[in-house]
Amino acid sequence: MDGLISFLTAAIVAGTPILFATVGEIITEKSGHLNLGVEGLMMMGAVMGFSVGLSTGSPAAAMLAAMAAGATGSLIYAFLTISLRANQVVTGLALTIFGTGLASFLGQKLVGQVAPEAIKTFFKPMVLPGLGQIPFIGQVFFRQDAFVYFGYLMALGAGFYLYYTRPGRHIRAIGENPGAADAAGVNVTLYRYAHILAGGALCGLGGAYLSLVYVPAWQDNVTAGRGWIAVALVIFAAWNPFKALMGAYLFGGLDIIGFRIQGSAIHISQYIIDMLPYVVTIVVLVAVSMKKSKEMAPPKHLGLPYYREER
Amino acid sequence: MENYISMRNISKSFGKVVANRNINLTVKKGEIHALLGENGAGKSTLMNMLSGVYTPDSGSIFVKEKEVRFASPKDAIDQGIGMIYQHFKLVENMTAAENIVLGRRTGLFAGRKALNREIGEISRRFGLDIDPGKKVYDMSVGERQTLEILKVLYRGADILILDEPTAVLTPQETSKLFDIMRRMKEEGHAVIFITHKMNEVMEVSDRITVLRKGETVGTVDKAETNPKLLTEMMVGRPVDLSIRRVKVPKGRKLLEVKSVNAVNQYGGPVLKSVSFELFAGEILGVAGVAGSGQKELCESIAGLYPIKQGEVLFENESLIGLSPSAIIKKGVSFSFVPEDRLGMGLVASMGMVDNIVLKQYQSQRGLFIDRRPAVEKSRQIIESLDINTPGIHHPVRQLSGGNIQKVLLGRELDSNPHLLITAYPVRGLDINTCYTIYDLLNREKEKGVGVLFVAEDLDVLIELSDRIMVMYNGEIAGIYDAEKCTKEMLGLLMTGNKLEGTEGLQ
Repeated sequence: MDGLISFLTAAIVAGTPILFATVGEIITEKSGHLNLGVEGLMMMGAVMGFSVGLSTGSPAAAMLAAMAAGATGSLIYAFLTISLRANQVVTGLALTIFGTGLASFLGQKLVGQVAPEAIKTFFKPMVLPGLGQIPFIGQVFFRQDAFVYFGYLMALGAGFYLYYTRPGRHIRAIGENPGAADAAGVNVTLYRYAHILAGGALCGLGGAYLSLVYVPAWQDNVTAGRGWIAVALVIFAAWNPFKALMGAYLFGGLDIIGFRIQGSAIHISQYIIDMLPYVVTIVVLVAVSMKKSKEMAPPKHLGLPYYREER
Repeated sequence: MENYISMRNISKSFGKVVANRNINLTVKKGEIHALLGENGAGKSTLMNMLSGVYTPDSGSIFVKEKEVRFASPKDAIDQGIGMIYQHFKLVENMTAAENIVLGRRTGLFAGRKALNREIGEISRRFGLDIDPGKKVYDMSVGERQTLEILKVLYRGADILILDEPTAVLTPQETSKLFDIMRRMKEEGHAVIFITHKMNEVMEVSDRITVLRKGETVGTVDKAETNPKLLTEMMVGRPVDLSIRRVKVPKGRKLLEVKSVNAVNQYGGPVLKSVSFELFAGEILGVAGVAGSGQKELCESIAGLYPIKQGEVLFENESLIGLSPSAIIKKGVSFSFVPEDRLGMGLVASMGMVDNIVLKQYQSQRGLFIDRRPAVEKSRQIIESLDINTPGIHHPVRQLSGGNIQKVLLGRELDSNPHLLITAYPVRGLDINTCYTIYDLLNREKEKGVGVLFVAEDLDVLIELSDRIMVMYNGEIAGIYDAEKCTKEMLGLLMTGNKLEGTEGLQ
């Protein structure tokens, strides 16, 4: 039982960076833009969050810096794909390469540096009064660090925002049919910029969690493909932040299962384990496309540029 | 009467193409104003400027005697202008209610109960029938249109623009729409109605403005005009509006379809035991509401859609299981003109020559393509169908809709088929080109070709076909002698009603 609890607790920690990136990408894709630059945005957030955290020692400043870095990265993407109507896939891939390279460059002098004590203390696991005492559930979910709690609120908030508020409904409409939203008087361009930037900021936060809390030291390629897992998880979660919450922790579990198995008697190659998140995604993709549910479908206008005066 | 809209000297170009040149239009309170013109006359462009989608290059727009400048559709909505687009602007996986409030500045949170109540009130006032909780993807075309109208009324629009609203409706739905339009007129709203169907103009409008090639020809009162005059204004010269039906003796049986069943990707039936026969030298018209199985029927004969059950015999040989190219070799030709005109049949970025090669290369030997026969054919088709193109290698995408369709049809006819399947060949074409295409179909019929002709316009179906087959919900609702058909009767059959005492017509 204790083993299971410690595994699940660790799975949530491992799933948290993926959760931020996934919800960020969901918000982006709901606006109809496929941003494959998640990996790059996470790297940019990781390096900026880490270096600001290192020089200021302030968790708030570090998180803000990470969000700013993610938002700036996605601003490049938004400008190219919304205003210049560049191909979204190509732009996103370029952003991943750019972000990864930039992070490696800026992180050259940071390699081996450890996150400052003040930040480590701030993000220490803390038992929530009351909730933390619930057997099992409390032990798994409510004895975590502040960033994880923020993750819960962020994902629930994003789901509530998308499905129960007016701006949320507008952004969903834009992703489905920008022409309809435009004709209804919704400012498509403004909405898209705002949500792509917000999505980028969340990706940046996901990266910062890795470098500041999860590791917590700077190492090259700290994201190690988690951005791609997030892109896959968006499909797994059927573009729904609530489902992303479950999915991220599941994928977090798949991420760490390798370490756990190594300690036990079962022998499975690490490479097989590493494939698991992607295998699960493919299985889900097959299942979803066989079911053809209209509620599980991607935003209809995903990946297509919108130009009002197009004939 | 008060002027609700006046547009003065409006011009708009797209690149080098002038869509509107110094157009003038005045619409009064409480009138239904028809905007009449052929395709490419600039009707939609003009209305898109009135609804804030396009910005005019020059000229001015006055709404209720005040000059306005629209930067976006929102500005137009704020002035009480509501547009119902030809291609509906609805979010498919949202409910009717959600679509209605889209873009509205209600509170931050979406209160559903109050909304449903408000929608109910407007529905009753204008006689619109809608279920606020129904998702758009579950709605029929007619329901979607009602929803669009409700949407603009909810926003308090008192100037409504309907862009070819009847193109997708059955006669019954159309007359219901006209009732709604008259109701709006009684409420003091102004309605602008874009169309190229003369009978509808005469039925419902008060005044008519005719556009031709991007310019205003004039505005007339309905009481002082007639269809013949309007057509002359529209086309620029007198036109004979009757379609001749060529009499050809009934030939041998070409095609026999026996209780064919097919299902869609979800496993739902799209064709339910469809049976009919088609003879040489006959045009068999197919009528039906869009999506009643016409496309699936055509495609399953052409070998493009899997048949679950049943038989398709062409000259007494089964076509089932044959590849599309084997079916083409047997002399079956298929041309489908989809809504976007380019979706099927032609490769948009290729020129005429390459598009002809696409269908022809299989009869060639060797590794390399010989384009010379295709070049020759392109020249012939341009000549015989009077296609207006900068050159045979010019991408077909850049040709006008009518010319694209002529290229497609020209290529299909060029293979000298025995059976010609053609769906919506005149979709969106101007009157002249329509008649060219009707003539082409008649010519093929005289040659002894069997023609399966799927169309939307019931008047044309009745005048051109020998027999008319009505499809409803994947079934054959009946096959009738075209000369004994009326529009009303076809309309009833198309919507699933049964006729009484019509057995004699079959």
